[in-house]
Amino acid sequence: MTERSVKFKCSNVWKLFGAGADTFLGRYPSPTEQDIQREGLIAGVQNASFEIAEGEIFVVMGLSGSGKSTLLRCMSRLIMPTSGAINIDGVDLLDISERQLIELRRHKMGMVFQHFALLPHLTVLGNVAFPLEIQNTGTDERTRRTLEMIELVGLKGRENYYPHELSGGQQQRVGIARSLAVNPEVWFLDEPFSALDPLIRREMQNELLRLQSLLRKTIVFITHDFDEAIRLADRIAIMKAGKVIQIGTPEELVLAPADEYVREFTSEIPRAKVLSVASVMSEPSGDELHGADIFPHSRIESVAPEVISRDRAMAVLDDSGKVVGRLEPGHIIPVLAGIDNQIV
Amino acid sequence: MSEAVADVPQMSRTCFFRSGIFIWSVFVALAILITVYQDLWPWAMKYPRGWVIPLKGWISDFMSWLINDLDFGVFTFKEMTRSVSWVLSWPLTFVNNLLVEGFAFSTDPGAEAVLPPLPWIAVVGLFVLAGIAIKDWGLGLLVGACILYLAIFGRWESAMVTLSAIFIAVPLGIGAGLGIGILAFKFAGVKRLIIPVLDLMQTVPVFAYLVPILFLFGFGPVAAMIATMIYATPPMVRIAILSLEQVPDDRVEYGEMAGCTPKQLLWKVQIPSARSGLMIGVNQVIMLSLNMVIIASMIGAGGLGFDVLSSLKRLAIGSGLEAGIAITLLAITLDRLSQAYSKRPPPAHLEHDTYRARRQKMIYLAATMVVVTWVASFFIPAIRTYPESWQLTTAGFWGDLVKWINVNYFDQLEAFKTVLLVNVLIPTKRFLLATPWIVVVAFVGLLGYRLGGVRLSLLAIALALFIVVTGGWKKAMITVYLCGISVLIAALIGIPIGIWSARNERVHRVVQVCVDTLQTLPSFVYLIPVVMLFRVGDFAAMIAVVVYAVAPAIRYTDHGIRQIPIHLVEASTALGCTRWQILKRVQLPIALPEIMLGINQTIMMALSMLVITALVGTRDLGQEVYIALTKADTGRGIVAGVSVAFIAIISDRLITAWVKRKRAMLGES
Repeated sequence: MTERSVKFKCSNVWKLFGAGADTFLGRYPSPTEQDIQREGLIAGVQNASFEIAEGEIFVVMGLSGSGKSTLLRCMSRLIMPTSGAINIDGVDLLDISERQLIELRRHKMGMVFQHFALLPHLTVLGNVAFPLEIQNTGTDERTRRTLEMIELVGLKGRENYYPHELSGGQQQRVGIARSLAVNPEVWFLDEPFSALDPLIRREMQNELLRLQSLLRKTIVFITHDFDEAIRLADRIAIMKAGKVIQIGTPEELVLAPADEYVREFTSEIPRAKVLSVASVMSEPSGDELHGADIFPHSRIESVAPEVISRDRAMAVLDDSGKVVGRLEPGHIIPVLAGIDNQIV
Repeated sequence: MSEAVADVPQMSRTCFFRSGIFIWSVFVALAILITVYQDLWPWAMKYPRGWVIPLKGWISDFMSWLINDLDFGVFTFKEMTRSVSWVLSWPLTFVNNLLVEGFAFSTDPGAEAVLPPLPWIAVVGLFVLAGIAIKDWGLGLLVGACILYLAIFGRWESAMVTLSAIFIAVPLGIGAGLGIGILAFKFAGVKRLIIPVLDLMQTVPVFAYLVPILFLFGFGPVAAMIATMIYATPPMVRIAILSLEQVPDDRVEYGEMAGCTPKQLLWKVQIPSARSGLMIGVNQVIMLSLNMVIIASMIGAGGLGFDVLSSLKRLAIGSGLEAGIAITLLAITLDRLSQAYSKRPPPAHLEHDTYRARRQKMIYLAATMVVVTWVASFFIPAIRTYPESWQLTTAGFWGDLVKWINVNYFDQLEAFKTVLLVNVLIPTKRFLLATPWIVVVAFVGLLGYRLGGVRLSLLAIALALFIVVTGGWKKAMITVYLCGISVLIAALIGIPIGIWSARNERVHRVVQVCVDTLQTLPSFVYLIPVVMLFRVGDFAAMIAVVVYAVAPAIRYTDHGIRQIPIHLVEASTALGCTRWQILKRVQLPIALPEIMLGINQTIMMALSMLVITALVGTRDLGQEVYIALTKADTGRGIVAGVSVAFIAIISDRLITAWVKRKRAMLGES
């Protein structure tokens, strides 16, 4: 991640609700839970700081009431944070005029909503064209772009349908097409698949990964579903009671949970889906079998069939083809069985 | 209070002194004491004339100052109001010419019309087409038949005069309502200011509007139309605020994220999303306009209202009834059309092209029909105006029918009337008039305290005192007595019908149609049959009020019982309750708050109708407003009108507080 440039940055973002919230941080520069409670305030977001790299999928995971939606609304400036800084390409969102904010939203940001938030009086075509229409994009360009987006999300042929005539999954496809119509750089997704059936949800997650492989947006994805987070994330931020408890790759969270709360979430996850070869391999001893593409960053799940069917120690290679490790069936079987943490 | 009673045995001493039983016993004892020894404090019995605040005089003086002395420098206040009338008279005259008079292109009032008005056939045809375009052939034929009635029974010109006023007042009312609603939605300050004004405007009786309008804008169709507009706007404001606030948050957030400017957000996201709510407001404006334009015949609106009014004055029952039916049919036409329009199903993709083609066809058809019939009307007089020889009248029939009823059933009707008068109405009236004002004020104050706390108590006392100190107490008590008895009777009729309708689908369907129709009729219409059968006086007024106000009692009871979750009824059945036990022990207690809301509505409607029954000779605040109207005495009219509004507000706040408490007890929010 370090080689990619920083696209989005939150520094010490606070959002407090209640009377006197505005002056609270002036009176308590580094408040404790007790301070907040004593003043009768509710903390939506407490001191959140992180950076998101260009093209990264950054998932914010938390249960309901954890403040994840509030954080997203601060990041998109739908609500004004109590204090802190929010930078997109080095521009502080809290520091610009209404007009500049509108311009920024028209060109750099897109957002998808949990309950779709389609405009019921417009057709699919009208909904997808809406963001272009309000910024007076020329008719030809608008039509071209709109049809391109509808095709991209697989709704060709439904252009004249109204939202109430579409299934939930189709409605969210419209929501996605609409938010991509202005070709935004930062893409906010607020629990976009939570209102969908489990099968459709999985299909839509694949769809998202497909779109991302084409478009390479900087994505902020909110979810309460840890499985979904693992499937999609480059990095995950886990929130609880307004605080970001831990930020890391799925593997880091599983291997080194910051506290009991994070451990609770990770304990049910099939570890082979998350752990990489590097986390279980041993030093090479020279007699490994070559021939399979096994890399340190490969997920154990993806190399397991090869290693177990050959029933031999295999060589782990780096990008230049140099042997950097040794992977035996004995390394991966405990992981597959989900008992590796008990053995170690 | 019943819950307090149940707890008495195990209550401690201090608790007992705060219990309902104790407080109310003390209150009753004090009240009796005050009444018995009334000679000691005559002022508590009858509010001294010398203490009356001459608010009426002040208001009248202020109004004449406005009209006679206020000068903005460039123009005077009077010039301002007159120029408003002048501006509004243009569109009204145009529509009136189009539908009734024809265009004369001459300032000479006696000039023959050069261009004839729209032929009656074209108007009927336009209504049929509108019905078909909005819904289907069924609606088209229904409204066509209703409009045709107007021609056949010789009510065409009156009806078109009424319709012209509605055509102008409705768009203006909708525009003003939406505009104020948007302002209130955007600025919290405006909303805080506007809500109490709306409360007052919606409870002040209709006649009270007419008095200052008459004073400011004179007598005639334009003044009547202004009154209509002002009367019909408040519900639109309320509905506009409500439907804008109900637009889902995420849709507004989407609009912001898409980069809408505040203006784009309002017009492209919020207002289209609030469409279905706003359409309900449009229906309300139309129906209220019709109601008011009929009543505004008293300040010169003309039209069907004038027909009814003059028949009532002449006691010409037959023609009054015919005009009443004409109003009813016009009301049904406008209501069905606007309801069908607001309830149109959401558009579907398949219809997209056909829908557009169909609409175009309809427009061509309408235009062709208008042009053809209009040109033909130059040559064929029967097309221009409905020939008199084709007209029918049932006036004689109705007159004979009423005569027959009065000849054959006079004794029964009279006995019924006398029994109720002697045993219920007169004793209640005496009791209320004999109760010292101070006791009544203390009663509403205490009730307010028990139901809603200190604030409600103070509000109730302040509003009641207003009536006392402005000198309207006696008339207010007559209002309360007539309203109270009417509401009681309406509840005794309405609640059982509501229960029956909730438990039987077939009854439900019939009741729905009746209640819908009752609620669309302008209040004026109710006077006609009542006067026919019971002539004038308190009793006739009471019957009219009961018929007018019974609808919400039925509707809310039905709804209250129907909305009870089915599993509660199933559980009771499983426990072995009989149908009667389920009703008495499960359904009625749970539905009670809803039923009380219905009674609240009944009270509001009863009060507004009561004022109109002043025309059949009551002696209450309504009569006061009516007299003020005939004498153009603004102060008197406004004070009496506001007093009626305050009675309505006191009862509304008390009942709402009770319902809130009861709902909290049932664990509903």
